[in-house]
Amino acid sequence: MNRFAALLDALLFTPSRNGKLRLMQEYFATVGDPERGWALAALTGELVFDAAKPNQVRGLAAARVDPELLEWSYDFVGDLAETVALIWPETAGGEDHVPSLAEIIEQLKRASRGEVGRVLEPWLDTLDATGRWALLKLVTGSLRIGVSARLAKTALAEWGGVEVDRIEEIWHGLAPPYRPLFDWLEGRHPVPETGELPTFCPLMLAQPIEDSDIATLDPSHYLAEWKWDGIRVQLVARGTERRLYSRSGDEIGAAFPEVLDAMPAAVTLDGELLVLRGGEVASFNDLQQRLNRKTPNPKLLRDYPAAVRLYDILREGKEDLRGFSFAERRRRLEAWYAREPRPAFDLSPLVPFTSWDELRELRDGARERGIEGLMLKRVDSTYVSGRPKGPWFKWKRGALTLDTVLMYAQRGHGKRSSFYSDYTFGAWRGDELVPVGKAYSGFTDEELRRLDRWVRNNTVQRWGPVREVTPKIVLEVAFDSVHRSTRHKSGVAMRFPRIHRIRWDKPVREADTLEALESLLS
Amino acid sequence: MPAPRPEIWIKTTSAGLYCEPGDFYIDPIRPVPCAVITHGHGDHARPGNERVLATPGTIAIMQERYGEAAGASLQPLAYGETVTAGDMTVRFVPAGHVLGSAQIVLEYRGSRVVVSGDYKRRPDPTCAPFEPCNCDVFITEATFGLPVFRHPPDTQEIDKLLHSLTLFPERCHLVGVYALGKCQRVLALLRRAGYEQPVYLHGALIKLTELYESLGVRLGPVLPLTGVAREALKGRIVLAPPSATADLWSRRLPEPLVAMASGWMRVRQRAKARGVELPLVISDHADWDELTATIDEVAAEEIWVTHGREEALVHHAIKKGYRARALTLTGFEEDE
Repeated sequence: MNRFAALLDALLFTPSRNGKLRLMQEYFATVGDPERGWALAALTGELVFDAAKPNQVRGLAAARVDPELLEWSYDFVGDLAETVALIWPETAGGEDHVPSLAEIIEQLKRASRGEVGRVLEPWLDTLDATGRWALLKLVTGSLRIGVSARLAKTALAEWGGVEVDRIEEIWHGLAPPYRPLFDWLEGRHPVPETGELPTFCPLMLAQPIEDSDIATLDPSHYLAEWKWDGIRVQLVARGTERRLYSRSGDEIGAAFPEVLDAMPAAVTLDGELLVLRGGEVASFNDLQQRLNRKTPNPKLLRDYPAAVRLYDILREGKEDLRGFSFAERRRRLEAWYAREPRPAFDLSPLVPFTSWDELRELRDGARERGIEGLMLKRVDSTYVSGRPKGPWFKWKRGALTLDTVLMYAQRGHGKRSSFYSDYTFGAWRGDELVPVGKAYSGFTDEELRRLDRWVRNNTVQRWGPVREVTPKIVLEVAFDSVHRSTRHKSGVAMRFPRIHRIRWDKPVREADTLEALESLLS
Repeated sequence: MPAPRPEIWIKTTSAGLYCEPGDFYIDPIRPVPCAVITHGHGDHARPGNERVLATPGTIAIMQERYGEAAGASLQPLAYGETVTAGDMTVRFVPAGHVLGSAQIVLEYRGSRVVVSGDYKRRPDPTCAPFEPCNCDVFITEATFGLPVFRHPPDTQEIDKLLHSLTLFPERCHLVGVYALGKCQRVLALLRRAGYEQPVYLHGALIKLTELYESLGVRLGPVLPLTGVAREALKGRIVLAPPSATADLWSRRLPEPLVAMASGWMRVRQRAKARGVELPLVISDHADWDELTATIDEVAAEEIWVTHGREEALVHHAIKKGYRARALTLTGFEEDE
């Protein structure tokens, strides 16, 4: 457990992706089975046991520590698991047996929710402060160390010298502690057989293309379809199993029972998950209502009905179609759908065109909800996992822009830790500036250096890593869309905001108003 | 005749703790005619006093920092020796905080008060260890006066730093340390752990490190950072004041990995908020267990608690049956 705790602790503090990869690789290389397999399960969110409730954890500490001291400490630390980990009295005495992660998980799986407290206590007595912290994070079900399942698999793949997609393909046919997987990666055994299991097949993704580059492509080589503003999903039905995967390979079927119920047998499909009302695509915000819930209630199901708009077919019966051209797969998709129409599914139509100019007009005219732009797919493209250069492009509608005023700047992380690189900007509401968003990209290194210098010379107030600046600079911000939000003081939130231009020249009084932003609400 | 109540002869004033029968102040926050100084940190030893009584180590540190302004008349008093001031006596006992740091033992008509200054209980190769001293009133610091503060063994923290150097050999490891005490202790701990490479120092750390060496504390090869090529700093340890680690200055270093050696690093959110990648929980202050054990050990009837989280330690002491109260003194900083 000590090695695992040290890994979690280091991952929490290491901001860079490469740093996190190196930490995980060192762990996989130097820790044995089954310990590292359980660690992998924890990092990828595959562990299943009844999580302890924060109140149980607090109760354990309250039985050992003066309640007032516990309260003061909690106020100071601000995180319950960490408070309890730090405050837990350490008994001087012989080094007791420190439990392994494997032992801990075995016992947790057997314990019911009511028993979790009882099994935790002896571990808390033998682990050190970092070990106790990691244990409590694990049992309360929230690691929050900035590592996605994908990143953990990437670390594993790089360490084992294989493509990460090879791991994704077999992942859902494996179970913790993944001994066959480690045997394969260390060259002792061939790749694990997953048989007829509904495994995830890593998605093919598109490269962005700009208006200026489109002319270099021959329009007759491409088919076009709308780029819908939902989330990319993969539907897999094999044997008796049905699965709905997100683009990162996470299972999300439980949150979308109407999609899972309507799923056909023996097929693998690629599509966009949307909220559809009478064939009309609702806003991404509506879909968000569903994405936030692990299991939806009947009202949510009624008000925000989910459906999948199909793009592609990857497998039919036992036949793998990924080696066929896109045109052929499209034909097979249409033929399949004609035989198997069903609720909660429809086809994403092709958009016919003869020239790029014609297509551009169609794109810019499409103000329909849920359309972000166009997808261009080479007629002859086979289905290749990852983001290959050339076969598929996403051609987005021009971004929305707004002139805002720089209000606060915060220091960045890692390479940017000495730079004020995260900017909060505002719009006018009468004579007052209201923060409307935050961006930390879109500028060059040279512009960053200049902004950083400017922030340092125009600071009004500081709070830790944040500086409030004199409102003197206009930032032209680009964003994809704007939605209502109760989380922001302004009542609206932008999607994908980035700094488009720094308007050193423009007077702040000429920046845009909050009403101007609200008029862009989708 | 019963001994006089301590609050009659030791008082808190706007200039700091005042000892009436000896007519001097302890660690005054503004210039006074006569000051007795516990140790050389800037919030305890300030310039401009007329007469100063302190250990030879503390006087050397004050002269290094303040030159002529250290005081018009500087009187060194070695650990264990006694001076008489008016009706009372003053003696210094090691506090284990930094080089020269002392507890002040005050005796007046049969009553003994010990002012701990800042202290710690675990061994530190750069200074004399804390000596517990029985007394009637113990005036203790409480910088880490919450039970969440329990410092791990310092060897474990140094190992974390050395391990990171092997895992990220292309990155310069920039460690934030206070110029007096922490800098030299980290150097000494690195040497004890077998690290023999030169350590590079920010300009603000050089003079005090040289002073430690001249007073016989061996710290191994150290080099000034000025003029060293960026490339040459890959995989090296650089020590700098905490404020320099996240600022313009650090841009001269190759891919700096920011570490910080401080007791505050125990709390993850604090470390995260400062942009620290490698928190090293190394403190020159007593942790909660040391504070509470020391209170029991000195067998005082009364505990006065100052600078830090007074309320928690007072609460604890009262529950254990001591008379305890918070002593409100201003001018002390939270940073260690």
